[in-house]
Amino acid sequence: MTTLTMVEAIRETLRAEMLRDERVILMGEDVGHLGGVFRATDGLRQQFGAQRVFDTPLAESVIAGSAVGLAISGLIPVFEMQFLGFSQNAFHQICQQIARTRFRTRGSHTCPITIRAPFGGNVRTPELHSDSMEPQYAQGTGLKVVMPSTAYDAKGLLASAIRDPDPVLFLEPLRGYRLVSDDVPDDDYTIEFGKLRVMREGDDITIVTWSASVPVVEQAVEQLVAEGINPHVVDLRTIVPLDEAGLVAAVEKTGRCVVVHESPAAAGFGAEVITLLQEQAFYSLQAPLKRVTAPDAPYPPPGIEGHYIPSSELVVRAVRETLID
Amino acid sequence: MSDALSPQFKPAAKSVAPHKLLGPKGKLLGTAKAPMTDAQALEALRLMMLGRAFDTKCFSLQRQGKIGTFAPLHGQEASIVGSAMALNPESDWVVPQYRETPALLRQGYPLEQIILYRQGHPHGGFVPDGIKVLQFQISLAAQIPHAVGLAWGMQLQQQDGVSVAYFGDGSSSEGDFHESCNLAGVLKAPVIFLLQNNQWAISTPREIQSAASDLAARAPGYGFPGISVDGNDLFAVYQATAEAVTRARAGKGPTLIECHTYRMWAHTTADDPSRYVDEKEEKRWGTRDPIDRVQRYLADSGNWSDDKAKAWEAEIADEIQSAFDNAAKVPPAGPEALYEHVFETPTSTLNRQRAAHLQEQ
Repeated sequence: MTTLTMVEAIRETLRAEMLRDERVILMGEDVGHLGGVFRATDGLRQQFGAQRVFDTPLAESVIAGSAVGLAISGLIPVFEMQFLGFSQNAFHQICQQIARTRFRTRGSHTCPITIRAPFGGNVRTPELHSDSMEPQYAQGTGLKVVMPSTAYDAKGLLASAIRDPDPVLFLEPLRGYRLVSDDVPDDDYTIEFGKLRVMREGDDITIVTWSASVPVVEQAVEQLVAEGINPHVVDLRTIVPLDEAGLVAAVEKTGRCVVVHESPAAAGFGAEVITLLQEQAFYSLQAPLKRVTAPDAPYPPPGIEGHYIPSSELVVRAVRETLID
Repeated sequence: MSDALSPQFKPAAKSVAPHKLLGPKGKLLGTAKAPMTDAQALEALRLMMLGRAFDTKCFSLQRQGKIGTFAPLHGQEASIVGSAMALNPESDWVVPQYRETPALLRQGYPLEQIILYRQGHPHGGFVPDGIKVLQFQISLAAQIPHAVGLAWGMQLQQQDGVSVAYFGDGSSSEGDFHESCNLAGVLKAPVIFLLQNNQWAISTPREIQSAASDLAARAPGYGFPGISVDGNDLFAVYQATAEAVTRARAGKGPTLIECHTYRMWAHTTADDPSRYVDEKEEKRWGTRDPIDRVQRYLADSGNWSDDKAKAWEAEIADEIQSAFDNAAKVPPAGPEALYEHVFETPTSTLNRQRAAHLQEQ
């Protein structure tokens, strides 16, 4: 057991997977010599060589698109989008091509590709670096969307992603890269997709969240507990596949639910969660379901991003409102 | 004031003359030598005739509502077949756009698969094991990065295969084309960019597509050579592709080949070219037919005759019919096909949706 930051856990998992399977190759902008702008691939080019850790030209679409050909040729590409915001330049390759290759060829060609992308705000980056775009990719139909919030989960979920026969978008909350650290077993392990993590057992209300919003919810929980409220808290870990049964059980337990995420509200993944609960947990509900999200406005300049991202105060307020009978 | 700066890199004032070997009347030009044997020319001719006969039949079936919208290849047979003939189907990949039926057939892809694809049957997307082709691509130019990736993957795994990406003059305006050329140049990837300049992107003519004098002239900007060929000349296309394949296999990197050809039929079965095509230009291109000139060439050496033409037309019609018969044996797909091959193992969400859907039937 070693205490690792999230970015360290990601790096060590990449290293372990490259040692385990020589078909695994890394590619992306600045992933080689520099070791990635966040050092997620630091030292890997030195260890595995330029053939397996490749600095690409600055062109997101051909990074994603060439991964299709690399995969069909028999390799297992793991490519980095330097920031999720820039993945829009490769959106058609990710959602039309990578995600649909298995379906459109009836399984004759497949894309065991992992796409790593940091995202999320509150790190004072310039425009377009911070957007949480997971709902756009959740409609990628054929693409799994994995969103760890701890170093432990990052290791187990990334190992699962690289070994998955299907493409996986692995989203890394960049504020958590160094702020989040926890105990990570040194031995190999994987975490099955579609199994949510119960962060805290409680009886009064269920809070559903994932990835970058997990630390915000943790802060809110401290406040709520101090007020004598006992929340049940779950981290979805993966939004595709979604742990429908786990989600329904978590909400049936309390009859109340607040969903917290960093992307805008309209057609955000919280809307999917709430619809599912309406369909499958309706008769256990004791109060309207509620969302705490960013507004339906573009991600702002960093000077005001603190007002954009859901705060723990807003989570506490939403919980209080949901608890009123 | 000093004299104005003179740019070091200037656009060419006019297009270069495309490389040609076989004239429209089927005669080798000047001192040109045939780059392929008569046996190879007959193999190519058969594929060209099959491709044209198949698309002609499909066009009429589309009008009867029996197949969906598709893009016919008429006029581009030499570009498609001449390039495919330069490949080794055992090691080399064909990465098509959507008009390249005979290139897929030469790789060993079954014609009935293409029929199923055009009928809208999901199994039409299936690629039999070991056949080195990608599925047709509807997103223009999106297949070009895939071809680069295949070439790169073969290079990394020390295989001596090459890949050929087919696309058109319209697609050469897409970002994926430029990003692909740029990466392939850096990698020295064994890929051939086979640009079929058929002069039209639906209704948009070549001159609106780009101010470049030649589309092949872009290649040096990416650090590799470009070749301009007469795309209706089977021999010229074959020779250019064979040389590009040799370069690629030798580790010397990509080549961009611009085949000057003409889309003699509509863009697709849904298009009405009478609204925009210049009849005179179309007639002029009609005199440069790619199939006719190979038949004339082969007739000169006694390898082609009217009798042979009749016999082949009948054989080809039979071959197409038997492919349609084989396609008809594939059972129709039902709603369960919606849920297959989304993932290797369906998610619980998909299983729930599938169960609900099938119960409703």
